[in-house]
Amino acid sequence: MADLLTIKNLRIEATAYPPGEAPKHLVLVDDVSVSVQKGRVLGLIGESGAGKSTIGLAAMSYGRGGVRLTGGQVLLNGRDIRTADASGLRSLRGREVTYVAQSAAAAFNPAKRLMAQVIETCLLHRLMTKEQAEARAVELFAKLGLPNPETFGQRYPHQVSGGQLQRAMTAMALCPKPDLVIFDEPTTALDVTTQIDVLAAIKEAIRDTGVAAIYITHDLAVVAQVADDILVLRHGKAVEYGATDQIISAPVQDYTQALVSVRSIDHAEKTDATPILRATGITARYRGTDFDVLQDITVDVAAGQTLAIVGESGSGKSTLARVITGLLPARAGQITFDGRTLSPDLATRSKDDLRQVQMIYQMADTAMNPRQTVGTIIGRPLEFYFGLKGEAKRARVQELLDQIEMGAGFENRYPAELSGGQKQRVCIARALAAKPKLILCDEVTSALDPLVADGILKLLLNLQAQEGVAYLFITHDLATVKAIADKIAVMYRGKVVRYGQKSDVLAPPFDDYTDLLLSSVPEMKTGWLESVLKTRKMASAGN
Amino acid sequence: MHPIIKLVVQRIALGLLLLLAVSVVIFLGVEMLPGDTAQAILGQSATAESLANLRESLGLNQNAPTRYFKWLGHALQGDLGKALTNQQDIAHAIGQRLGNTLFLAVCAGVIAVPLAIALGLIAARYNGRWPDKVISGVTLATISLPEFVAAYFVIYLLTQVIPILQPVSMVFPGMGFFEKLHAVALPVIVLVMVVLAHMMRMTRAAILNVMQSAYIETAELKGLSPMQVIWRHALPNAVAPIISVVVINLAYLVVGVVVVEVVFSYNALGQYLVDHVAKRDLPVVQAVGIIFAAVYIGLNILADLIGIIANPRLRHPK
Repeated sequence: MADLLTIKNLRIEATAYPPGEAPKHLVLVDDVSVSVQKGRVLGLIGESGAGKSTIGLAAMSYGRGGVRLTGGQVLLNGRDIRTADASGLRSLRGREVTYVAQSAAAAFNPAKRLMAQVIETCLLHRLMTKEQAEARAVELFAKLGLPNPETFGQRYPHQVSGGQLQRAMTAMALCPKPDLVIFDEPTTALDVTTQIDVLAAIKEAIRDTGVAAIYITHDLAVVAQVADDILVLRHGKAVEYGATDQIISAPVQDYTQALVSVRSIDHAEKTDATPILRATGITARYRGTDFDVLQDITVDVAAGQTLAIVGESGSGKSTLARVITGLLPARAGQITFDGRTLSPDLATRSKDDLRQVQMIYQMADTAMNPRQTVGTIIGRPLEFYFGLKGEAKRARVQELLDQIEMGAGFENRYPAELSGGQKQRVCIARALAAKPKLILCDEVTSALDPLVADGILKLLLNLQAQEGVAYLFITHDLATVKAIADKIAVMYRGKVVRYGQKSDVLAPPFDDYTDLLLSSVPEMKTGWLESVLKTRKMASAGN
Repeated sequence: MHPIIKLVVQRIALGLLLLLAVSVVIFLGVEMLPGDTAQAILGQSATAESLANLRESLGLNQNAPTRYFKWLGHALQGDLGKALTNQQDIAHAIGQRLGNTLFLAVCAGVIAVPLAIALGLIAARYNGRWPDKVISGVTLATISLPEFVAAYFVIYLLTQVIPILQPVSMVFPGMGFFEKLHAVALPVIVLVMVVLAHMMRMTRAAILNVMQSAYIETAELKGLSPMQVIWRHALPNAVAPIISVVVINLAYLVVGVVVVEVVFSYNALGQYLVDHVAKRDLPVVQAVGIIFAAVYIGLNILADLIGIIANPRLRHPK
């Protein structure tokens, strides 16, 4: 069978312009060859920076920013699109190849109705009349399981949920009947319970329309559900290329084996101890709203232990952290810390109360001042809480840097010069500098690659063992929970639906929501998606 | 109530409140000027006795709050008082000149706004390439020239070098529409030059800002041409900042063009105000001040409302 898309010895380069330095020449993709046949699905997998998206976009001869396709061939339907001119590219983009972006929420124009955007390509390339295009869009909305397919297109992007937008984006990509669709991490930004439905909808749509697809993701378990073949990438080079079954059941390369092996952290659950933090009957709402985001929440965090709060977005996890820190005073309920009652409002807490509870955030990037050095960032709480100055401060900063396994020389670096994992380590050091008894960790590993995230979790566990600090660990990722928690609280729509020691919470019998949550975590075997969809008790919420 | 209607009502109420505050400020400002109206009328021939008499007859011996509320009460009924210098009814005198002011502003606006936005879109489309540089350079040059220099330059060019227009822009009641257009051609050209750059640069900046969004990449990957991407996907999301700058410039065309009026002997509100400031004709200053403030506030409310209506999140709440 003739290949629909053939990529031969592709080389992609870019020039970076770091401020105050000579321009840097970067090779993003080097000597990658791969092909897609009609009606087949190719999975591209790797960590961030592996070149997955870059290769995906190369199939449309598109380079973000200054990215250039500098070598090799990209043959689509037999002709080399690398050498096509601007109008030639415009006529193939949207007609022969379409694209589904990672964040549909950002990829839809907020000022236009969904229908206008979904059928735009069909009208632009004169593939069908407006009536035909709208009829096809409605048909695709229905196929993708969107509610009220007849009227769905009349809505604006902000009026529908993230999971629905991702399906609408898939409908937009399929509407012009392309030969090839590029799915660029289409479910990564979704909750695990939503992901499974979107994944199933995409898989069905691919099967029914007979379109070929490239499916890009960092999650091998996800790609195993949809792909026929998988190409594993690392640092812009192909590591292993083969059929899906072979890649996940008999990987040849070491790197693929590391990806396939399940997380290695072994954390024995500690039994209940004296609580350091006790939240009782917490009810809270945001100003100007009349809906309680948190309803009667009661949880304990034991000294030197970890309570994991699990739930999907909108369940109130982060709001609970805001209430505990005093950023959002609760309407009802009480927070006791170390035996004394904490004032509900941040402004009326003592400096020592503030010091005892620190936070680490999901986006280490935005949690640090980009114009301060690492030394200044970590030194600030030392000065503020302990009055350390000069040599004493410098020595303590060094000690903290050693604790987060980042040796000397880092104190003079700026955040922009650090990798994602290093930035998060600096944030951990900053929290630790205050010598708190409790650290609130809000999705601290969600933005990191799996192997880097593992490193951060190991570090957090080591620090807990050394310093006896307690964690309240907010996450949507159940693998992380299993790795780090002593106790677990499952939250759903502002309530705690299951709470207890890790071993109890993760053991059957489950309530319906916990069952849904646990069963939605993709497993690394083909056919998992179909089997789990058959046995689900509860439809996922919010999509 | 639909949130948009609520917002509109809110903005208009706030605007009226602001106008009231401005009227107090203008009244106080005029109060603070040395001397008073009676002194201004009598000039050097003033004696203590004649001053006291005139103050009595003008009601100036009452305290400031009483006079303010009296003035406000009259102004609300459309009675802006009489000019001191020639005893003309101010409302009548302003009416005609306001018409001339608005005519000039509308003519300049009708040309400048579409031109500025079109140039801004082209500059954004060819960002950093030569069309962008030419447009940015030329508009920057025109805004950098003081208005009177630009005015004399245009007069020299279009009445001496290519003599197709008259250097003065006198308009009279009873002139035909096209006669009037011909008369204001020169000041319109100068005003367009003056306001073009600001609006064009804001359009360009707002569009380039939106061009960073992920949905622009989506549009490019659909196969839209660069100009289609800008027109269909970038512009609808850049409306609010563009409108606010357009409105500031329209307000300027109404209230800030006194230099151009003087250069072209155009009989409009700005010149009227400056003349009467020189003559210490305080009721006129007060009246024109309020009208200018009303124009500014009104146009800014309009900009706010368009910005709000352009936002689908407010038009179509969840």
